[in-house]
Amino acid sequence: MENLLEVKDLKTYFYTEDGVVPAVDGVDFELKPGQTLGIVGESGCGKSVTSLSILRLVPNPPGRIVEGEILFEGKDLVQATESEMQHIRGNDIAMIFQEPMTSLNPVFTIGKQIMEAIMLHQNLDKNAAREKCIEMLKLVGIPRAEQAIDEYPHQFSGGMRQRAMIAMALSCNPKLLIADEPTTALDVTIQAQIIELMKDLKDKLNTAIILITHDLGVVAEMCEHVIVMYAGKVVEEADILELYTDPKHPYTVGLMKSKPSLDDNRDRLEVIPGAVPNPLDMPEGCTFHPRCPHAMDICREKQPHLINNEEGRKVRCWLYEKEGEVK
Amino acid sequence: MATVTSNNINSDNRARSSKVESPWKVMLKRLRRNKLAIVGLVVLIIMAVAAIFAPFLTDFGRDETNLARSNAAPDAEYRLGADSLGRDIYTRLLYGARISLTVGFVATGLRIFIGVVLGGVAGYYGKTVDNIIMRIADIVSCLPFLPMAITFVAIRGPSIYNVMLVLAILGWPGIARIVRAEILSLREREFMEAATALGISDFKKITSHLIPNTMASIIVSATTGIADAILTESTLSFLGLGVAPPTPTWGNMLTDANNQFVLQHRWWQWVPPGLVIFIAVLSLNLLGDGLRDALDPRLKQ
Amino acid sequence: MAEQLRVDDRVELDDKDLVVVKNLKKYFPITGGFLKRVVGQVHAVEDISFTIRRGETLGIVGESGCGKSTTGRTILRLLEKTDGEVYYDGKEVFGLSKSEMVNLRTKMQIVFQDPYSSLNPRKTVAQICGEALVEHGLAKKGKEVNDIVSETIEKCGLAPYHIRRYPHEFSGGQRQRIGIARALTLNPEFIVCDEPVSALDVSIQSQIINLLMDLQQDMGLTYLFISHDLSVVKHISDRIGVMYLGNMVELAGKHDLYESPLHPYTQALLSAIPVPDPKKKRERIVLKGDIPSPANPPKGCTFHTRCPYAMDVCKEVTPEFIESAPDHFVACHLVNKR
Repeated sequence: MENLLEVKDLKTYFYTEDGVVPAVDGVDFELKPGQTLGIVGESGCGKSVTSLSILRLVPNPPGRIVEGEILFEGKDLVQATESEMQHIRGNDIAMIFQEPMTSLNPVFTIGKQIMEAIMLHQNLDKNAAREKCIEMLKLVGIPRAEQAIDEYPHQFSGGMRQRAMIAMALSCNPKLLIADEPTTALDVTIQAQIIELMKDLKDKLNTAIILITHDLGVVAEMCEHVIVMYAGKVVEEADILELYTDPKHPYTVGLMKSKPSLDDNRDRLEVIPGAVPNPLDMPEGCTFHPRCPHAMDICREKQPHLINNEEGRKVRCWLYEKEGEVK
Repeated sequence: MATVTSNNINSDNRARSSKVESPWKVMLKRLRRNKLAIVGLVVLIIMAVAAIFAPFLTDFGRDETNLARSNAAPDAEYRLGADSLGRDIYTRLLYGARISLTVGFVATGLRIFIGVVLGGVAGYYGKTVDNIIMRIADIVSCLPFLPMAITFVAIRGPSIYNVMLVLAILGWPGIARIVRAEILSLREREFMEAATALGISDFKKITSHLIPNTMASIIVSATTGIADAILTESTLSFLGLGVAPPTPTWGNMLTDANNQFVLQHRWWQWVPPGLVIFIAVLSLNLLGDGLRDALDPRLKQ
Repeated sequence: MAEQLRVDDRVELDDKDLVVVKNLKKYFPITGGFLKRVVGQVHAVEDISFTIRRGETLGIVGESGCGKSTTGRTILRLLEKTDGEVYYDGKEVFGLSKSEMVNLRTKMQIVFQDPYSSLNPRKTVAQICGEALVEHGLAKKGKEVNDIVSETIEKCGLAPYHIRRYPHEFSGGQRQRIGIARALTLNPEFIVCDEPVSALDVSIQSQIINLLMDLQQDMGLTYLFISHDLSVVKHISDRIGVMYLGNMVELAGKHDLYESPLHPYTQALLSAIPVPDPKKKRERIVLKGDIPSPANPPKGCTFHTRCPYAMDVCKEVTPEFIESAPDHFVACHLVNKR
């Protein structure tokens, strides 16, 4: 199958007054139509900047895509003009954010905001757009959709706002939906509702999804394929089952072990010592080596490559390069 | 305990470099990048130094008159000419700086003192106290400045102290509002709750937690406030309500230039004081803007 | 203060209980209109009772707006109560005079969620952690204070030379360590941990959880651990209380609670957590609707609007919080009928 999206060696740097921050430093991945890809990592690992780069929404200055290609259906978005991007945003690629309140305009009704997107991209008249809007609100499970369409964002609860955001994002049948921490700001029971909704919609609409999150649980429930990012780089890429049964990179292993789970009864949690490196002062060699329990001499000197095997399993670690376990 | 320490001594390199970066140092570092603000600061320092060392920078006495040379144009002896009484304008500018700058700083200092105390109390205790103080502030800021100032000085007599006093009395509400607003938002911060939980007294909480955190915005508004005070002093002195002659200030030096003839034919009697006021106020405003940017957390990264 | 004790016959003031909370209520007024009249009340905490035993960790879980943070802060008297009683070591906290309260402050402390707003940006670590020592006259300003602070921050995993630093020079995890050190310098017995790891990254969370558990063992601390993250609470707590809309709906030992939750809300909450294992599929109870506003809580059982088993009685009568199994308290008509 053709790839819907191919990101090749993407580098997005931020030029701050204190120096250059390599927020995304050579990221590669691909996505097939209808596939759900999870991007996992901690704050500052570059997962959000990656998604903003795809939509060319990185604030410039200070941010800039300095290198790489983003091929969406074969077209390079890095080279696209601003008006081409405007056509793609919302129409072919839609995005939902962590904080639904700040991404909705408080002075317009929910309906007006969704209808605006529909009329802009789909050439429908006002009545048809309104009908489509009600249909979308019903689809995302907003009760009393006919009335809710004329309400303002502040009249909605957090969960309802996120549903409205999803309705807006999906209203133009995008081929790709980027969801940046869509459930992080929500309560557990509301998060469960949104996850169920997104799973349901994915099956119904066959939209490809990039799910950005720090929560390994959410990824396990929703995604087919996962990439793990650390300090602006992809450190591991695998199918969901393989990643959870056999994580390769020491960072992935540490991340999984450090989260307490309901099912274990450990006394102590395993710990990844230290903290994420300062992006202005990245360590030499592998960026993870100061925190890695298996760090070797070579890790301190040379950067490992993202090594690839046949099944689409990738890992960036000298441990495997040396042993040849993953070619 | 061994486990805790060995596991957790942080390999984070952020706090590792040996220099301690206090919030003030960070601000200065950011201020240094703003060239205009630095220019303003340097000009102000030069003015202050000139004012302090005035006697060493001129051969004339402050009020030394030479009627033979009254209204003399600038030449080798009178570098910036002489006024109607034959006093050296350059000398009077230097001494005038003493008064004008002092008025600016002291009046602003007083204004800040009143504003911080009242704004701090209003913000911290809230409710009725807040209501009373802020309504008084509203009333004071409704008073038209010049008529009030003129009346005040007319009753108490023109003097440098009365100018300072009127500036402080009519100017505190602005500062009080800033301090109150800052304290209202700081009060909700968790470190204030932590202070309560630690049993820190109210007085300590206000003086050592709240006020220091409002310093940044106070300094910014003080800088522009000094500029305002210098301008106001000039206005009052120009109207003959400020500092009484023969004491020179930049404002009352302009008084001489109150007729058409002087304006047209004796430029040296009004251009230098006017220019000095302009440069001082501009420098203060540039510095104030620079400080605002340096202290604005939104600009960070 | 002993004569002020009104000992209820249901809850004996046991020596092993450090904190006893009885029928605590906390309402916040909603003001509106020109004259700022009180137009309503937010029922943040609605009649809750529980005890915290010496040396244990009592976890409180619940979603946003359930009143868990308000409960923690009211116990410490950072907020004044609306009604009810809080006993600390046998003394009614709200009956204490100002100076008695200041003394009690050395025994109970709090660790906050947000490592950014919880530290005064203009103070050094030494000042942040040492201020209270000076205030209570426990150490002299200067070397004496600095020595105690150095020792404490070292216990919390920072280096002694960090005491001259300012908060902005530290990462989130390190700031949280400073916040913990601040709570520890007075050598307290009881600490309220209000979502201490929620703002941190996963890999840093585990460091802080381990630190808190080590400190508890070393110093014999009692914790009230408040969090919305059930897996974290389960890891660190001995007993757990579940709160919903100002009420405590269930309280039990952690194994009891996780293995046989009795309240329908607890069951739904547990099933809602995403499992980090793609092979395991948990039967999920997805609750319908949203959490009602605490300004206008539903009548009867506050959970009846979302409860899959709601009966007629639930809409009218508030269920009592009863010990329905040994050491397992539940407030539910469904359970308590049996």
